[in-house]
Formats: sequence, C-alpha cells, structure tokens
Amino acid sequence: MATSAHPTPRFYWTVALVLAVVTGAEIAVGVMEVFASVKVAGLLVLSGLKFAAVVAFFMHLRFDKPLYRSLFLIGLFGAIPIFVVFLLTFEALI
Amino acid sequence: MTAIPTAESLAGEHHDADHHDVAPLRKTAMWVFLGSECILFGAMIATFLLYRSTTADGPTAQELFKIPFTSASSFVLLMSSLTMVLAHNAFERKDMRRARIFLLGTALLGATFLAGQIFEFTDFVHEGLTPQVSPFGSSFYMLTGFHGAHVFIGVMLLTAMYVLSLSGRLYEDRGLNVELVGLYWHFVDIVWIVIFTVVYLLQV
Repeated sequence: MATSAHPTPRFYWTVALVLAVVTGAEIAVGVMEVFASVKVAGLLVLSGLKFAAVVAFFMHLRFDKPLYRSLFLIGLFGAIPIFVVFLLTFEALI
Repeated sequence: MTAIPTAESLAGEHHDADHHDVAPLRKTAMWVFLGSECILFGAMIATFLLYRSTTADGPTAQELFKIPFTSASSFVLLMSSLTMVLAHNAFERKDMRRARIFLLGTALLGATFLAGQIFEFTDFVHEGLTPQVSPFGSSFYMLTGFHGAHVFIGVMLLTAMYVLSLSGRLYEDRGLNVELVGLYWHFVDIVWIVIFTVVYLLQV
C-alpha cells in the first residue's frame, strides 16, 4: 500500500520532540504582549507547522499514495475558502 | 502427506483474499471520510469565530480560559498521536507485545484528555458559561463537545483493538485495522491543534 518504507520509531520520537517544542513556542507567543497581527500570524504559522507534521509523518501522507493526499487536500482546501468567504460576508474574520 | 483443506480453512483463505482485495478501498474510504470531516469541523470553527464576541450577559473567553491547563491537555493529546504511530509501527514489525502497550497507552492518554475536558466544562458552567447563555457559549460547546465525542469514539475503538489483541483476535496480517484507527486518531489530534490555536490562544 505504501509507496516507500515507513520511518523508524526513533524518527517518530524526533517528530514528537519537535512538536512539543513548537507547542511550547505557541504558548509563549499566545501569552506574549505583542501586536495582535504579529501574534495571529505567529500562532497560525506554528499551528500550521504542527498540523503539517502530524499529517505528513504520523498519518504517513508523505510516504503514501498520492491519491490519499489528494482526497484529504480536496476536503481541507475546499473547506478553507468556503469558510473564509463566509466569515468575510459577516465581517467576522480575525 | 498433503493436508486436506477443511471448510473452515477454505473460508479463512477466502476471507483473507477478500480482506486484501478491499484493503485499498477501505483506506480510500477513510481518507474520503477525513476529507469530509475537514468541512464539518471547518463549519463549526467558522460558526465559533462568527459568534465569539456575542457573549450577551455571560462570561467572555478572556475571563474563562485557563491556558496552562488547556496547554497541558493539548500536550497529552499530541503525545497520544506519538503512541498511536508507535503502536502501528510495532504492529507492522509484528511486535504484538509492544503494539498492545502503545494501543493501551493511546487509549489512556485519550481518556486523560477527555477527563480534562469534562473538568474544564464543569468549571465553565460554574463560572456561568452554559450553552444557553449566549451564542458564544453555544458555538463553543458545540465545537469542543463534538470534538470530545470524536475522542470518545476513538478511545472506544482503541479499547476494542486492545481487547481483541488480548484475546488473540487482532491478527498480525490485519495491520490495516490498526492503521485506519490510527488515521482517525491522528485526525482528531490535528483538529485539536486548530481548535487550541483558534478557539483558545487567539481569544485570550
């Protein structure tokens, strides 16, 4: 099923360590007194990194069939513009 | 001497052949399901963002949210993704003992996250945030409660796999079952990554 060999447990521990560090950075940015726009951008970037790491390595999309990646991305990138437009319509975007 | 195939062994072979034939289909179906769940959770996150300031007479996010506590819960759920992927990895290497330990560990971490969410909800209700008090309350409980329900289903699935493995019914050639439960579990984790940022960190 997989298109290439799956990583070793050591690799997964490394990814988890990186995720833990990014979570720490996220909390630090969250409680820091900085400009709102800097805070929002920083948190969204860090959150996006964690999201991508889990999907790519823990869910194996990085190593699996391109079909699975397409199916997931259709849902993900189909949802984002729909709800951004929805929130812009009601002037409720962050 | 050639072994005579019994009705049971023939049925088993037939079942195994079926299992391998439908494996890519089952995995594809799981990815379609997860893609559709993105839209479902996207709708609830958008609704929360729409109503986040409409607190009426109820408490606000700034008054309620305790970031250190929610951060700890988030960390627990994040680490459960690690134990889940290690369980799947051990299963693929046919290391059933280790796979069983990691499956149980994932279920326990999930249950810990749920206990934290129940504690948090109880605290918020005591502080005056109920689903009826404001649109903010309704959308908050709808989103986080629905995610909690997903975690609960995941914990049930993991527990079922653990019990099956104890009774020797989680066969080594059925790694796909563990993989599919794993995909569901990691999805629950990535949804929480978004909720933690958008609902908690960005509102305080």
